Amino acid sequence: MTLEPTPSQTVGPFFHDALLAADWTRLMDPDHPSAVHISGTVCDGEGEPVPDAMLEIWQADPEGRFARSGDEFSGFGRCGTDAEGRFEFVTVKPGPVLGPDGGSQAPHIAVSVFARGLLKRLVTRIYFPEEEAANADDPVLASVEDPDLRDTLVARARDGGYVFDVHLQGQRQTVFFDV
Amino acid sequence: MSEERTMRQNDGIIGYQRDHESQPPYLYPAYKSTRLRAPDRPLVILPHTLSEVTGPAFGHGKVGPLDNDLTRQHDGEPLGERIIVSGRVLDGDGRPVRNSLIEVWQANAAGRYTHHADRHPAPLDPNFSGAGRCLTDGDGRYRFVTVKPGAYPWKNHDNAWRPAHIHFSLFGPAFAARLVTQMYFPGDPLFDQDPIFQSVNDSKARERMISRFDLETTEPEWALAYNFDIVLRGRESTPMENHR
Ligand SMILES: [Fe+2]
Repeated sequence: MTLEPTPSQTVGPFFHDALLAADWTRLMDPDHPSAVHISGTVCDGEGEPVPDAMLEIWQADPEGRFARSGDEFSGFGRCGTDAEGRFEFVTVKPGPVLGPDGGSQAPHIAVSVFARGLLKRLVTRIYFPEEEAANADDPVLASVEDPDLRDTLVARARDGGYVFDVHLQGQRQTVFFDV
Repeated sequence: MSEERTMRQNDGIIGYQRDHESQPPYLYPAYKSTRLRAPDRPLVILPHTLSEVTGPAFGHGKVGPLDNDLTRQHDGEPLGERIIVSGRVLDGDGRPVRNSLIEVWQANAAGRYTHHADRHPAPLDPNFSGAGRCLTDGDGRYRFVTVKPGAYPWKNHDNAWRPAHIHFSLFGPAFAARLVTQMYFPGDPLFDQDPIFQSVNDSKARERMISRFDLETTEPEWALAYNFDIVLRGRESTPMENHR
């Protein structure tokens, strides 16, 4: 039996009370020695901040293992953008995970972006700037041929944490994936 | 976008089907907010890896027993037409999606959200917050009790009104299956002028967002009922050689 999928619709502007009532921004205690902060801004095609977006992240733990139900580290986070379009997660840096061909993928975090005006989510990935060798071998990064575009997938190191900005449109547009 | 080469490299992982016909585009100019938010470069095809075929699992600890009854979150009952919204979450092969988190949110019977940014001059209802959640059961079934949301105006175009709808957020079994959608009500006169509903080009796909009046589930002397089955993406049919 083959069933046709239900179409996506925008999350709209009024999702906060339902989706952000609980704090899902801390995947790890900020005082834990391995905690890292990842923050950024979501901007539209005119460079204006998007104050009504929501990001979700999904990632492996430092050993490259994805959580199962009941695991202490859930691997999942969710954060709404504030009036300045900003978001911040506290998490741990994931380890490398299994990739196509039995090889491995560089450490990365899968990201979904939802917002008023997005009829379906956008998907991108956060890679880490200090992983130069692993990034050079990563099959997903390699599928983005233009180095400037590839760089939109790599966070910048700042103040012991990382900055990852999301540009929805325009010259500086982040690479988004067809998942 | 013919990226067959990368698609075929995905050994060991059964990916999810890509269905573009059912889905709206990013840029749909009649829905004004898409104009500055839709990406203008083509998407890069991502072969499904472990990161895409795994996903968060939410246990029963996250969901309270009354979280699926939006009429019992306050001291009194909300105004409006009490309804039961129920259905099944299935994958593309018709298999139930079990123990999966569903989150819903909606306007009250007068078409007003509790949200601070909602400026519609319709009354708030002190007995209605309009947010709920539940986990699907072993057959993929879910059930909410709520009130029928009202239509509400918005600023998209002159005299624009959203048809009555309930927002649904579903996780399904994997990151690749994540879905946020809206459930509509049968026969709504506002469908024709709503660019969000119309952004789905295929009329059959649009119909899949419309719930069905469900006489069997109505409770006499108490509530009407609507059925809304949700289909998440199915798996690719061809498993690749497993290297693990
Ligand atoms: Fe809405």
